[in-house]
Amino acid sequence: MLELTSITKRFFPDTVNERLALKGLSLKLDEGDFVTVIGSNGAGKSTLLNCIAGRYPVDTGQIRIDGKDVTRVPEHRRAKYVARVFQDPMAGTAPRMTIEENLAIAFARGRRRGLGLAVTDRNRATFRQALKKLDLGLERRLAMRVGMLSGGQRQALSLLMAAYERPDILLLDEHTAALDPSRAELITKLTKDLVEEHGLTALMVTHNMQQAIDLGNRLIMMHEGEIILEVGEEEKRHVTAEQLAEAFSRTRGAQLSDRTLLEAD
Amino acid sequence: MIIALELGLLFAVMSIGVYLTYRVLDFPDLTVDGSFTTGAAVAAVMIVGGINPWVAVACAFVAGALAGVVTGALHVFAGINPLLSGILTQIALYSINLRIMGKANVPLLRSETLFTPLREAGVMGSWISVGAFALVAAVVGLLVYLFLGTQYGVALRATGDNEDMAKAQGINTGQMKIVGLALSNGLVALCGALMAQYNGYADISMGIGLIVAGLASVIVGQAIFGMTAVWQAVLAAALGSVIYRGIIQAALQAGLNVNDMKLISAVLVVLALTIPALSPMKRWRRRRWKAQAVAQGGAA
Repeated sequence: MLELTSITKRFFPDTVNERLALKGLSLKLDEGDFVTVIGSNGAGKSTLLNCIAGRYPVDTGQIRIDGKDVTRVPEHRRAKYVARVFQDPMAGTAPRMTIEENLAIAFARGRRRGLGLAVTDRNRATFRQALKKLDLGLERRLAMRVGMLSGGQRQALSLLMAAYERPDILLLDEHTAALDPSRAELITKLTKDLVEEHGLTALMVTHNMQQAIDLGNRLIMMHEGEIILEVGEEEKRHVTAEQLAEAFSRTRGAQLSDRTLLEAD
Repeated sequence: MIIALELGLLFAVMSIGVYLTYRVLDFPDLTVDGSFTTGAAVAAVMIVGGINPWVAVACAFVAGALAGVVTGALHVFAGINPLLSGILTQIALYSINLRIMGKANVPLLRSETLFTPLREAGVMGSWISVGAFALVAAVVGLLVYLFLGTQYGVALRATGDNEDMAKAQGINTGQMKIVGLALSNGLVALCGALMAQYNGYADISMGIGLIVAGLASVIVGQAIFGMTAVWQAVLAAALGSVIYRGIIQAALQAGLNVNDMKLISAVLVVLALTIPALSPMKRWRRRRWKAQAVAQGGAA
């Protein structure tokens, strides 16, 4: 479904601040794969997601989605295949627009946006049905502005909007990191449900090692722009946070950041 | 005061255009000073040339829209800052407007304009002309409101509200900005075309400082009437224009002269921008916002 072939990304090329964020990274996701990504700060996890989404152009290498070469396809056209949820709950929705308008935007992703009404009675019924699954009561507040929702509510909506039109690839960039624990749990559960329900192919970056182990069928660990560890479907069922931390220090002789260790408990 | 009403309603068309860029796209567009005159120039030259005034007004809209496209392209494709893109187009339009008119002033006094029937019936400056102009403003406002509710319009609003989100949802935000600027400047030029016919001339300097008048109308109107819902925001922009002309009229009657009006406009914009930000009002608004959010089941 997603195939990355030796992609490299360099920031600030030819300056003193030059940094190689991705060093010839290759990765293949089959349809229905749900891969979690862990790694220290600056490992290139977010860069990887931004490259797949088309926000950053890659320097070399190739990105194929569902067999199509999308390496040079601009971000807004790649949105037909790729949907995203960001870390910042404010980033995924338009605050001054209503819940139903936000959903209408997601509804039209990858289609032509014409001069037909964005919100009709028919798609309102669809929106209500989809919102009901969130169990937040949002289905009764279609005309409410999104800016009035809490961070958790907005993130749930972002997730719904991303999963809505069943994207080929769903990218989740630490999408529970900015929420309080109970909200984070809710979003984690919702992620699991949506991915299973729609059989989505997903790539999720997380700082929380337990979350990385609990969710998905594969796990990769990144360090300094490379994948240093891949845990396959079979192994992942038994792997523990301690083993991962140990594997990390073994491969690189480096320590995971305190934050990562803390969250592993 | 009838004159202020007439002017306010005619300028409401421009005010709605400024609302499209300043509020909807979050793009303060200074093209307005130039594109207003462009609309006036195109309409005046065509009307003097014996072309039907309706056709002339339509052409003025198109000319203004093209000016908007230029500003949009400068920003989107050349990566020039929004304010600078607008200024560059505005300055370039000064020369273009002179080329269109061939001189600094084109009188329309003996030509057949859209307002000739009103004038001949002797109802200019009466409630009949006010009603007619209100109808024009209402039609423009309604069309803009309906457009902003279409799939395309919603995508345009998302571009101004959260550009990253819009891109991630597959919206071509560059195209949206260009289309939004085109529509906005089309309306501004349309307003210029109407004003030329109302005044009986097109003049090279008639657009100077108009962006401030437009901003004052939008900001004052929306501070008073709110801008939560789209219909409310459009209506507020139009009514703001009437209020603005009322204030100008009152200032003139108080003994200030026409040349003081630019100062009044600037002060008005500063006041409209700062008063709502003063702490007691801010606190009140925040409390109201929170109460509203809680009442509706959210949590701001």
